[in-house]
Amino acid sequence: MVPDILQEAVNYLTYVLMGLDPASPLGSAVNFFIYDTIKILILLTVIIFAIAFFRSYISPLKVRKALGKRNEYIGNVIAALIGIITPFCSCSAVPLFIGFVESGVPLGVTFSFLIASPMINEVAIILLGGLVGWQITAIYIISGLFIAIIAGIIIGKLKLEGEVESYVYEMIEKIKAAEASGMTLEEDRQTLKERALSSRDYTIDLLKRITPYVIIAIGIGAIIHGYVPTDFLVTYVGANNPLAVPLAVLIGVPLYSNAAGIIPLVAVLIDKGIPLGTALAFMMAVTALSLPEMIILRKVLKPKLLAIFIATLAVSITAIGYLFNAIT
Amino acid sequence: MKIAVYGPGCANCQNLEKNTKEAVKEIGADAEITQIQEIDQILEAGIIATPGLAIDGEIKSMGRVPSVEEIKKWIKAKM
Repeated sequence: MVPDILQEAVNYLTYVLMGLDPASPLGSAVNFFIYDTIKILILLTVIIFAIAFFRSYISPLKVRKALGKRNEYIGNVIAALIGIITPFCSCSAVPLFIGFVESGVPLGVTFSFLIASPMINEVAIILLGGLVGWQITAIYIISGLFIAIIAGIIIGKLKLEGEVESYVYEMIEKIKAAEASGMTLEEDRQTLKERALSSRDYTIDLLKRITPYVIIAIGIGAIIHGYVPTDFLVTYVGANNPLAVPLAVLIGVPLYSNAAGIIPLVAVLIDKGIPLGTALAFMMAVTALSLPEMIILRKVLKPKLLAIFIATLAVSITAIGYLFNAIT
Repeated sequence: MKIAVYGPGCANCQNLEKNTKEAVKEIGADAEITQIQEIDQILEAGIIATPGLAIDGEIKSMGRVPSVEEIKKWIKAKM
C-alpha cells in the first residue's frame, strides 16, 4: 500500500528528523498536513489525467445526442451518470442548456445533468476518498446521484417548459438557421497521442488552479485536527441539534467553492465528530448550488423555475442529511 | 485564415486562446485570431459547449482545450 509507506516516511520526517512530539497538537497538525497534502496531490495527478483521457471520448455533441433520444426516468439516470464525468465549467451552463433543449432533451433530464455535474466529479471523489474514506465516498456518490435523478424527475413532472426564458427559443432558432445554412455540428477526431497530450495539459492546468485551495484547506484542517477539541463542534452542531442539517444547507447554498476547497474542511469536521448526514448535506449544498451559477442560469430560466430548482435541491439535500444522521 | 476562439472568458477559454496563439506563432501562419465572448454569437456559430474553436468557419473542437500540436495540425491542413 502506497499511503502506508508514505505515512511511515512522514512519521519519520516529522517525529524523528523534525523532532516533534506525536502526542502534541503541533506534531499531530504538522504530520497531518504533510501526509495529506502529498497523498492528495499524488492521487489528484493520477486520477485527473486518467479521467481527462477517458472523457476525451465523450464529447458534448455525443452527450446531447445520447440524451435527446431518451425518455424520462432512464434519461434522468443516464444524465446524472454522464454528469459525474463531464467537467462543468459554470460558463458552459447556458450554451449547454440551450444545446440540450434544442436537441429535444427533456427539461427534467437536463436538470439531472446540471445537478449531478458540479456535485459529483473526480476531484470531489478523490478528495473525499483520500481524506474521509471510500465508504463515505460511495455514500456521497450514490446519494448525490439519487438527488440529481429525483430532483430532475420532479422538475420534469411539473411541466415547466413554459418557464424557460424566451431567449432560449430565440437562440435555438439561430442554431437551426446556422445548421440550415450548411454549418455542420462536427468535431475533429483525436488521435491517441493527441488525447494524451490534451489530458496532460488539462491535468497540469487544473492542478495549478486547485492546488493552492487544497493546500490552504488542508492547512486549516490540520490546525483544527491538532488544536480544536472534538467536543467543541459536537456541542454546537452534533446529533442533538435537530436544526443542524437545514442550517448546514442554508449556510452552504450561497457559499461558492468547488470540491477542492470544501472537502478537506468537511473531512476534518467529520473527524471531529460532526454527524455524517450534516457534513454530507453541507458539502452537497456548497457544490451543487452556488450564487454565481444561479445568476448564470437566470439567463435561461424564469424566476419561478429557478426558485423551484433551488427549492427542490435544497429540500432533497436536507432530506438526505436527516436520513444519514438517522441511520449512522 | 480566420481563427475564432469562442468562450465567455473562463480559465479554459483563456487556455485555448493561448494555445491557438502559440500554434499560429510556431507555424508562422498568416492568421487572424478573434475572440468571441458573446453567448449569442457563440451559439449562432453552433458551439454548444465552451471553449470552442473554428477555423475558417469550420468547427474544430468544443468543450475542451486542444493542445498546441493539435491546433497546428488543423492550421497546416488549411494552408
